Amino acid sequence: MSELLNNILFLPEAASTFAERIDTLHHFVVGTTMVMSTAVGMAALFFFFRYRRRLPAQATEYIVPTLKTEFLFVSVPLVFFLTWFGIGFRDFTWVTTPPKDSMDVYVMGKQWMWKFSYPEGPNGVNVLHVPANRPVRLLITSRDVLHSFYVPAFRIKMDALPGRYTQIWFEATKPGTYQVLCTEYCGLSHSKMLAEVVVLPQEEYENWIQEQRRGRLQDRQDALADNSLVPPVARMVEQGQVLAGTQGCLKCHSVDGSQHIGPTFLGMYDRVEQLEDGQTIRVDEAYITQSMMDPGAHLVAGYQNVMPTYQGKLQGPETAAIVEYIKSLRTPNVREGASEGPAYDAIQ
Amino acid sequence: MTPSSSIAAPGATPAPEEHHDHHPSYLVDGTTIKSWLLTVDHKRIGLMFLFWVLLFFLVGGIFALLIRVELLTPGPTIMDAMTYNRTFTLHGLVMIFLFMIPAIPAVFGNFMLPLMLGAKDVAFPRLNLLSLYIYLAGAVLALWGMLNGGLDTGWTFYTPYSAHTTTTVAPVLFGAFIIGFSSIVTGINFIVTTHTMRAPGITWFKMPLFVWAIYATSCIQVLATPVIGLLLVLVTVENLFGFGMFDPARGGDPVLFQHLFWFYSHPAVYIMVLPSFGVMSEIVATYSRKNIFGYRAVAYSSLGIAFVGFFAWGHHMFVSGQSTFAGGLFGVLTMLVGVFTAIKVFNWVGTVYKGAVEFKTPFAYFCGFLFFTVFGGMTGIALGTVSLDVAWHDTYFVVAHFHFIMVGATIMAFLAALHYWFPKMFGRTYHEGWGLVSAALIILGFNATFIPQFLLGNNGMPRRYYEYPERFQALNVASTAGATLLAFGFIIIAMYLTYALIYGKASGKNPWRSKGYEWLSESPPPTHNFVGPQPVFPEEPHFYVDPKKAEVPDAV
Ligand code: HEM
Ligand SMILES: [Cu+2]
Repeated sequence: MSELLNNILFLPEAASTFAERIDTLHHFVVGTTMVMSTAVGMAALFFFFRYRRRLPAQATEYIVPTLKTEFLFVSVPLVFFLTWFGIGFRDFTWVTTPPKDSMDVYVMGKQWMWKFSYPEGPNGVNVLHVPANRPVRLLITSRDVLHSFYVPAFRIKMDALPGRYTQIWFEATKPGTYQVLCTEYCGLSHSKMLAEVVVLPQEEYENWIQEQRRGRLQDRQDALADNSLVPPVARMVEQGQVLAGTQGCLKCHSVDGSQHIGPTFLGMYDRVEQLEDGQTIRVDEAYITQSMMDPGAHLVAGYQNVMPTYQGKLQGPETAAIVEYIKSLRTPNVREGASEGPAYDAIQ
Repeated sequence: MTPSSSIAAPGATPAPEEHHDHHPSYLVDGTTIKSWLLTVDHKRIGLMFLFWVLLFFLVGGIFALLIRVELLTPGPTIMDAMTYNRTFTLHGLVMIFLFMIPAIPAVFGNFMLPLMLGAKDVAFPRLNLLSLYIYLAGAVLALWGMLNGGLDTGWTFYTPYSAHTTTTVAPVLFGAFIIGFSSIVTGINFIVTTHTMRAPGITWFKMPLFVWAIYATSCIQVLATPVIGLLLVLVTVENLFGFGMFDPARGGDPVLFQHLFWFYSHPAVYIMVLPSFGVMSEIVATYSRKNIFGYRAVAYSSLGIAFVGFFAWGHHMFVSGQSTFAGGLFGVLTMLVGVFTAIKVFNWVGTVYKGAVEFKTPFAYFCGFLFFTVFGGMTGIALGTVSLDVAWHDTYFVVAHFHFIMVGATIMAFLAALHYWFPKMFGRTYHEGWGLVSAALIILGFNATFIPQFLLGNNGMPRRYYEYPERFQALNVASTAGATLLAFGFIIIAMYLTYALIYGKASGKNPWRSKGYEWLSESPPPTHNFVGPQPVFPEEPHFYVDPKKAEVPDAV
């Protein structure tokens, strides 16, 4: 029954405990709405027909409602509305109050990607791994403008505000992969700000987390770990690759030559670019660095001036690592087919 | 007072001067361009507003179609992302600030309010003309800004994006700021007119319901518009000089912007919809030849909506990080707005009970209106049910909701008013058959456009998306098809109304045999509305009772 209703209403799969609650209420509200508006509509239609005009200047009776009628007009809808509201508010309180035993994940929105970090574990971009059947609290913030974290299958949504943390929680009920969308308009690539939640069975999740930790410990042993979100790796090129992912470069620049918001990194180094102002420029270390710090300075023809500046956001060695990474992309055999979608595979 | 129309009959030579008696219709009393541009006659001002409002509706409509065509396919279709973002911003801005807010008050309010009150004009005729020019100045500035640099923030201008975007924000915001003054000036004018210019016999509870609605609307305009004026200035300063009011890096608060914005913009949605309620009250009474079922309930509920409308703004911010308690409070207050709307709906249907229904074009729009209001209102209640809104907020469900209640209701009322008062304003009639056909087309097209959007929202498609995942496509195609149908409807209306304007049959003074007050003067009315001594209004409006059987209707 409710399966059928969900199909009629085009609701996506319900994959969290909150989704189940909300769908029941949804059916109730839609059902009553349909019944009530059909009743009003039928009454109106019946009247139009029954009381059609027979004489051009027909006189009518002077009818006014009794107090009782007006009272009914007010109280019937009020009772319904308040009932719905009561149930809805109970569920709202429930979803804005995370249980004590929930697991925390920090979420940061940024034009145009989602970053996730686990207090004890790994970091990730655009993929959030969570265990099934366990409450997860999301602590959400933004690095630039407003975003809103939305998982249709969980029916949850919460705005990401710069300078402030908001929270919401969910308990996923079915392992699987679910889409995350941004629902607060945030500029050029708002509609590309997609991510996914991967819900793993508890055991697999444990394994996954162990795996991630091992990587991190390894790095510690190499004495390369610092306190930034992303543990650096030994080789500069690899570090640059990771940084390009975490800093959001890959949201706009492809590495496989495909057309995107910004020019592709593939074969960029040493290329001669046609600029917007008609001049040309050879891409070298200086130009790459300048493009990161002052993106509008030399705009490549055919692209919008939408890249944010990384001035102050990247440290010297990090800038260098990214430059090295771009230099490494001169040959086309790098990571064949890897960057189809979001660049979340960068973190080891 | 002869009941003759002073406009030329069809086929007559187009020289209406020869019909001049001492009281020419306002249309021909002065024919120079200057006599129009510098007129202080509320009817001419209303007509000029009609011209501009229709022009901006066309502009907004073209951009709406461009949006729908772009969304026909999941990827890029006819434009790039930045152009798309500017397009939906332009569409929203033009439709809201240049069409829906002024449409009914500035056109029909201006034209009908003094007639319905038995007054010669509004209280401040010159201020009235000024409001037209303020509106135009603001519109020109805003559109100039849109075309030079263009804004991509959406009509909501949310910070910090609006403070950071590389597009040109300042002229557009300043344009909107100026338009606000027009709104305030018109509002003050109507309030003073209603208080001071009522003819003898028109007590508060004998005022036509359209007047009540315009009065309530004007109160909102006067009280709320200054807030958005202030806000627009703050954002402009923030954008130009890095003021920091809404920037957390400088101790500001982005959510403060939303509070201020919705403190105006939520009441503003009632600025758009209350006048429609007023129009519909007139129409349902006229075409069912009945007094309004619960006149006082309908009148008071307008004031009620205007009042609670000020305290429901937080329902736009359930997931903005505001407290759970605030969410609950705003949720309950939202429910009250729904109840006031329900009162109106029930009373309109009650008005038809034992009436004498004549199913003319405006009445067809009344039917569409009833449907859109009930559905738009009920989905509003559903959104006010806080937990459901967590899923729906900022998805296409919300887009469909406000198009149903706000656009649907306003368009229905605007077209109904245009058809209902067309004979009043121009003294001519249009082709009834075409009227009904296009009404059916528009109502159908509207449903076909927006019902799929409710489902899209359920399915999880966020609003303001240039590209979308594949699974949303079918519903988007359906919506675009509906929009095409809708566009056809409007084209037909434009054609037969233009035709009627030039070749339409003379309508006579009161073609609907209405007992609304405005029909007591000539159609079209002479410059000072009424010929002869000050008119007196002994009966309440829409009193269709047989005089022999009439009982004193004071027991309302
Ligand atoms: C029965 C009366 C109404 C109720 C209960 C109601 C309720 C709501 C609620 C709860 C929302 C918030 C949805 C969200 O942002 O997630 C909303 C949005 C909206 N409503 Fe209504 N509403 C009603 C009538 C109206 C009317 C009369 C208009 C316009 C004339 C209107 C225009 C809008 C608009 C424009 C939005 C979208 C705001 C945005 O996010 O941009 N509503 N409504
Ligand atoms: Cu976003």
